[in-house]
Amino acid sequence: MAPLADDVAGYLKRRARWSAVEIAFWVFAFATIWLLPSKHLILTETAILALFALSLDLILGYAGIISLGQAAFFGVAGYFSGLVAKYGIINEPVVALLCSGLVAAALGFVTSFLVLRGSDLTRLMVTLGISLMLGELANRYSNITGGADGLQGVTIAPIFGKFQFDLYGHTGYVYCLTVLFICFVIARRIVYSPFGLSLRAVKGNALRGDAIGIPVKWRLVAMYTVSAGFAGIAGALLTQTTAFCSLDVLSLNRSADLLLVLIIGGTGYLYGGLIGAVIYKFMQDWISTMTPQYWQFWIGLILVVIVLVGRERIGAWNEGVRAALARLVAHLVARPAVLGSAAPDRN
Amino acid sequence: MLTILFDGIAYGMLLFVLACGLSVTLGLMNFINLAHGAFAMAGGYCTVVLVNRLGVPFALGLPIAFVVTAVLGGLLERTLYVHVYAKPHLDQVLFTIGLVFMSVAATDYVMGSSQQFVQIPDALQGQFDVFGIGMGKYRLLIIVICGLLTLALQLILSKTRFGSRLRAAVDDQRVARGLGINVGAVFGITFAVGSGLAGLGGALGAEILGLDPTFPLQYMIYFLIVVTVGGTSSITGPFLASILLGVGDVAGKYYVPTLGAFAIYAIMIAVLIWRPQGLFARSTAR
Repeated sequence: MAPLADDVAGYLKRRARWSAVEIAFWVFAFATIWLLPSKHLILTETAILALFALSLDLILGYAGIISLGQAAFFGVAGYFSGLVAKYGIINEPVVALLCSGLVAAALGFVTSFLVLRGSDLTRLMVTLGISLMLGELANRYSNITGGADGLQGVTIAPIFGKFQFDLYGHTGYVYCLTVLFICFVIARRIVYSPFGLSLRAVKGNALRGDAIGIPVKWRLVAMYTVSAGFAGIAGALLTQTTAFCSLDVLSLNRSADLLLVLIIGGTGYLYGGLIGAVIYKFMQDWISTMTPQYWQFWIGLILVVIVLVGRERIGAWNEGVRAALARLVAHLVARPAVLGSAAPDRN
Repeated sequence: MLTILFDGIAYGMLLFVLACGLSVTLGLMNFINLAHGAFAMAGGYCTVVLVNRLGVPFALGLPIAFVVTAVLGGLLERTLYVHVYAKPHLDQVLFTIGLVFMSVAATDYVMGSSQQFVQIPDALQGQFDVFGIGMGKYRLLIIVICGLLTLALQLILSKTRFGSRLRAAVDDQRVARGLGINVGAVFGITFAVGSGLAGLGGALGAEILGLDPTFPLQYMIYFLIVVTVGGTSSITGPFLASILLGVGDVAGKYYVPTLGAFAIYAIMIAVLIWRPQGLFARSTAR
């Protein structure tokens, strides 16, 4: 038995290793800081959306829970970070960011018990209901949240007391990208850990997962909480980079758009949310310059077409491109490696 | 006090007519149709165009709205929806949300984003005063029409051959199919009628609920509350649920206006936690 267990452990370890494509992806992502300085504002939004999509992927793609209420965590943390900055309770943005994430995670923990009951329809209703309730609350208590006008007068202190947020979004972008990367590494670690593997088993068949001794309910609760925390960090990032927070952060459109982002990129695959966010943002930018008022129509059309064509087929092009990319990068990496190994010999 | 009850019942009746189609489609095909409100909106706009622009009498505008939305629903069901029944719930949600987005933007494009009003004949405006209770004539009309519709639906479901086929299909689709019932056709007809009813409800409710392009998004949650609280196995469940919702909402907005719709959402979540199958559902293992 022991060799078999070693085999399995070795296989899982190899799977969890950072591949060349992944490294290339992140090198390119960080290179955009210098390569595309004029696009930093839209790239900031993309990074935030990517983190938000990542949070949904954790529960939808890895735990199989459909949620229409991910905006609840996004919005609550957004308002929280805006309020603590406005009243000077926590001035350091990084600390405020962590606290917002924790607040959202706490909310996720409490609501997870409601969400994990019942069928898909009940889950949809409860998640939708919770975010609508919070939206209604934010609207009612307009003396705190600013209501329909949004939360105004938020000033964000410089990061670590050094890096001031500037008008062109340069600091904001570097900040968001770094946070996205850190969160991604954490998510990656979670997904490839035994904990993440057990969640996959639960998603595949909850009954059998239970039978082989996985505490299904608590695993789902934990994942839901983590996901809520990530969504919260994304929400706090949005407030911090724009120094503004409006009721829009809690809207249903935000949750629905998020599903679209994830579907474009592919679920159950950490880069899905990231790639989806990039495609979605640039598509939105493109469509809304053509028809500023009616871009929602095209978004709707894309959703309908995606479903009719079939998500699996859309995922298939994804796979093909990924395989081709992997070959390309392997090819590129192999060459410099040969050169690199040759170079020391000459010295 | 009684006026509030009266208004609440009128509102609830309206919600029932709007949502009963949804409850049948959900129960029959286990299909989550978030775009149901779009049909209601279509009916509302249809009446606005007919009555305000073409001068068709209001009494004739309502049946036309019903027929137009029923045909629209039937067409969409045969061309688009049939492909989605077998797909997972996530796909159904994405598909119908996509339809909602499209309908919202298209209506905005064609009709403009401002709120629309149907011109109601003078005879229906004003109030009766019965035993000191002020009853709006128009609301009374709504209660009468919706009450008659509910009775008719109940009779069709319980007395006719089509009704028994439908009930059989809802209870167990596979066995019904085995008995030679054409479930697809039954479903198509039900979907069309359900959409038509939603259209009629939208036309009647334009005055009370307000009609603008975001209608499907605004009322989506109300329809879903009716269906999830009422259960999908009968027609009485959604009916009671919508009356409760209507009275609760009107009373809540009157007595504790600061809470607004918050109370309704809170009650819904509480009910769903207490009885995930719905308040009035029969406890059938499905």
